[in-house]
Amino acid sequence: MLELRAVSKRFGGVVATDEVTLEIVRGEVHALIGPNGAGKTTLIGQISGVLATDSGRILFNGADITRLSAHARVAAGLARSYQITSIFRRYSVLENLALAVQARSGTSFRFWRPVTHERALFDEARAIGAEIGLQARLSTVAATLAHGEQRALEVGLALATRPRLVLLDEPMAGMGPQESRAIIELIQRMRSRVTVLLVEHDMDAVFRLADRITVLVSGRVIASGAPAAIRADPAVRQAYLGEELAA
Amino acid sequence: MRAIGVFLLLALFPLAMQAMDSMFYVSLASRILIYAIAATSLNLVLGYGGMVSFGHAAFFGAGAFVVGIMAVEGVRSAWLAWPAAVAVAALAALVIGALSLRTRGVYFIMITLAFAQMVYYIFVSLKTYGGDDGLSLPGRSTVGIGTLGNDLVWYYVVLAVLAAVLYGLHRLVHSRFGRVIAAIRENEARAEAIGFPVYRYKLACFVIAGAVGGLAGALIANQSSYVSPSLLHWIQSGTLMIMVILGGVGTLWGGVIGAAVLLGLEHLIADYRIGWLAALAPNYQDHGGLAVGIVLLAIVMLAPEGLAGLFARRRDA
Ligand SMILES: Nc1ncnc2c1ncn2[C@@H]1O[C@H](COP(=O)(O)OP(=O)(O)OP(=O)(O)O)[C@@H](O)[C@H]1O
Ligand SMILES: [Mg+2]
Repeated sequence: MLELRAVSKRFGGVVATDEVTLEIVRGEVHALIGPNGAGKTTLIGQISGVLATDSGRILFNGADITRLSAHARVAAGLARSYQITSIFRRYSVLENLALAVQARSGTSFRFWRPVTHERALFDEARAIGAEIGLQARLSTVAATLAHGEQRALEVGLALATRPRLVLLDEPMAGMGPQESRAIIELIQRMRSRVTVLLVEHDMDAVFRLADRITVLVSGRVIASGAPAAIRADPAVRQAYLGEELAA
Repeated sequence: MRAIGVFLLLALFPLAMQAMDSMFYVSLASRILIYAIAATSLNLVLGYGGMVSFGHAAFFGAGAFVVGIMAVEGVRSAWLAWPAAVAVAALAALVIGALSLRTRGVYFIMITLAFAQMVYYIFVSLKTYGGDDGLSLPGRSTVGIGTLGNDLVWYYVVLAVLAAVLYGLHRLVHSRFGRVIAAIRENEARAEAIGFPVYRYKLACFVIAGAVGGLAGALIANQSSYVSPSLLHWIQSGTLMIMVILGGVGTLWGGVIGAAVLLGLEHLIADYRIGWLAALAPNYQDHGGLAVGIVLLAIVMLAPEGLAGLFARRRDA
């Protein structure tokens, strides 16, 4: 479904991603793990088109999307969520979600008819609100939500664009155990419908959800494979998992 | 409902003035309403779209010059000249917007300013059409057999255009397009990341605002049958910006209130001698700009969100 071929990105002297080659298969939950500063968020940025790729190629469903704009990638079925929450803070939960639904349902070069008359947009937004557990908070302004609720909305915005591949950048960051469990269950529910690339530091979640795992260290892929193989990989244990599993 | 009330009052105003034999005020009022249209068009980009354009006078002035040049060349029909003014302003906005919207923040402010000054110099260099001295028109535009020369008729034409512009803005703000524009202002990166082609929406907003600015320009050329290059000057852009900020950034009535207060104030200070103020500073009218500035400062400090915000708060209380 998604294929990265020697994808790189540097920021001045820092090589954030270094010839990353990776394939994500339709229907899997693929976890991307690695220590802080490994380049995970950078890679998500490159796949989603928010960051320009310096070299290498990105293929989505066989088509080269390396130079495609971010909005065009969403139209092709590729959406992302952000590690640092990025929502429409002054809008209600429902308005946030309806906006994302609107982005994927027909043109918005419509200047006359009030958007509130479009029942379908809001019905779909309500359904997604329920899916992410915010059904009781639909009319709450996003800025006033609790942290965990904002994180859920962050994921909801990505899902509302009806992606075929969703890139989730640490969806559970800063969440309590109960809220994390809700996100894990959400990913479990949606895995039959959408392919997932999951960046996560919570190893319990990663090993519960992932079909395959790729380990990134200093911008390079040091291992990629089934969870059991990753867990047993000595290089991975040394570079990353040792400390994480011990903790 | 309030809007209907306001327009009813505005519709009755010239009749009252006529009864009091003060037709001068009708003329002043139509000037204010034209500036209200111009400021409202700027408010669409600046307030609703969050694009701080410092070159809006380019579209206002270009619209005025198109009407002026066409009138001098013998085309005085409003049905031809006004759409031409709108089209030229929209085209200018398309070119300027397409280039400027690649930049953000201070760069955007500076580049729109620079483009507008280029437009200014282009028109000033057209010596056949007045150059520095501006362009005098043979008269107001014509519709069918009559002209719009009558000040009373003219006032109602301007009022009708303002009503249409405000209604259009109201519809636009609540439409799909309006939602996208507001979302881009709120969080541009996320708007792109949920799939909106942000640049195209911003450009469309910029062009619509430019087109309406051009329409206001077509009206101002008719107001006194004279087109001054100062309509294109950056000071004009600044004046429109002050009107928007004064009235209320991103509010439906902001441009109208700002234009009324600023132009009303200027008129008041220039034409009325206020006794107690003259006792304090006998020459204050020679420093009208300073006096206006002080009042503006006071208003902005007392109503930081613009005067329209003041009305809204009163309603909530
Ligand atoms: N916009 C930027 N400008 C300069 N350097 C950057 C930028 N973004 C990331 N970097 C650098 O690139 C490297 C990779 O950062 P990135 O955010 O991709 O890591 P990460 O794996 O997501 O880390 P974390 O687990 O902390 O989220 C880091 O050294 C970081 O400092
Ligand atoms: Mg990161």
